[in-house]
This record gives sequence, C-alpha cells and structure tokens, in this order.
Amino acid sequence: MIGLSHYLIVSAILFSIGLVGVLRRRNLLMLFFATEVMLNAVNIAFAAISHYYNDLTGQMFAFFIIAIAASEVAVGLGILIVLYKKQGSLDLDDLASMRG
Amino acid sequence: MYEIVAFYLFSALIIGLFLITVMSKNILYAMTSLAAGMVLISGFFFILGADFLGVVQLVVYVGAVMALYAFAMMFFDATRDIKEKNTNNALVFLLGGLSALVLVLMFAAPIFSENIQALYPMHEGVGNAQDVGIVLFTKYLVPFEVAALMLLVAMIAGIILAGKKMDVSLTEDMGADDEIMIVKDEK
Repeated sequence: MIGLSHYLIVSAILFSIGLVGVLRRRNLLMLFFATEVMLNAVNIAFAAISHYYNDLTGQMFAFFIIAIAASEVAVGLGILIVLYKKQGSLDLDDLASMRG
Repeated sequence: MYEIVAFYLFSALIIGLFLITVMSKNILYAMTSLAAGMVLISGFFFILGADFLGVVQLVVYVGAVMALYAFAMMFFDATRDIKEKNTNNALVFLLGGLSALVLVLMFAAPIFSENIQALYPMHEGVGNAQDVGIVLFTKYLVPFEVAALMLLVAMIAGIILAGKKMDVSLTEDMGADDEIMIVKDEK
C-alpha cells in the first residue's frame, strides 16, 4: 500500500530537482520555474501529511503557499519585465551592476 | 490497487516533466511541461482526499499563474534557445541532492516521534471543501485576510511595474524598431 513515506520521497525528489534548477539556471525566468517546482514539491508533502495524520493544518499551509506563490509571480514578473526593458536580457550574469 | 497505479504513474510523469522544465533550453517547452506537471500534481491531491486543494491547484496554479507566465513570455524571446554557460554539472547535482536530503531529514525528523496529534482534526461526515472552510474561517481568519491584502498589493505592484513605459517596443530586432520609430517621428 502507498504510505506517507512514498509521498515524502516523491516530494524530496521533486524538491531536489527544483534545487538543482535553481543552482544551475542562469536565466531568470527559468529560475522562477525552478522555484515553482520547489513550491509544488512542498505542497505535495503538506497534503500527504495532512491526509495520513487526519489533520487539516497541512492543507491550510498549502493554501497559503499557493497564495504566496501567486503574489510572488505577479510582482516577480513585473520586475522581470522592467529588467528586460532596461537590460535587454534576463541573464543572471549580466546583473552584476551593483558590484561597485 | 487503483491508488498504487495512479501514484506510480503520476509520480513518474511529474518527475519526468519537471526534469524537462529544469533541463530544457527552450522557455516554451519548460513552461508547457511545468503546466502539465502541475495538472498531474492536482491528481495527487485528489488521491489524498484534498479535493479543494486540488481544485485550487488547477484554478490558481495552472490557470492563473501559467497564464501570467505565458503573458509575460510575450515580452521576451520565447522561441530562441537560451545560451547559458554552465558551471560544473556534477558539483551542482551533488550539492543540490545533498542539501535537499539534509532538508528532508530535518523536516522529516518529527514524523518518527510517537506523540503527534492532529491540531485541527478532520470532521467525520463533512466534505473536504466544507471542512477547509470551517477551519479557514475560524482558526485561520487573520492569516487569510493578510493573504488577501498581500495579493491585492502584489497585483497593484505587478500592474505598476509592468505598465511603466509601455509605449517602448521590447523586441530584440533593433533595426526594425528603429524603422518603426523613424516612421513614427516622421508623422
């Protein structure tokens, strides 16, 4: 039967995929995608714990994570568009303008 | 039986799709596979009995967030492949895997203790959406309001940020832009 540990293992795999994406990517939009992967991995873990412990707190936290992710995307994409207008690229290596 | 089949099918597909998201050089492929993976994650939520969370995942994530990404991609060059100079791949995979493992162990440690009890237990004979509503509007009312306020602030901030200087063309082809600008100036 599928237990809690199965879901936690899938969640950990997805989280490490997202983490590798965050470490590896140089494009800012791709960095955002990797962040979404990590957030979704955590949501799976919360829903699974909520189911197996018969507790609603996990689902509540998943809702708030979704709300935070939505607002993060709204602000972040605005910043990305401003940045693209200014710099002409979304490359993280081009953004070292504050190095002094 | 169906649960086992669905779990393994969904997890294999999600891992494959998210690997494409992280590895792909094309933004369009990455975004499409991310959206597909999120649809399948809502399948996980339905298996786990969190019906309302599954619906929210479909509506908010796949509907709103992905539409926002698709909208934002119109500002960037979506069809061109991204050139990235990569650092040492093996090191990145090792570091990512290790830190994820440490993080999971840290957060999974309380699970092995015996005296865990539910803070807000699910009510018997009440549907998931109703149950979520009961807890959300009694115990989590203030965080809910704060989240609503934060979404409002984020929406206004996004509009203001994206709306600055909207009359300037953003396409890479500067020659064509200059021609358009010249034509505009002549008028």
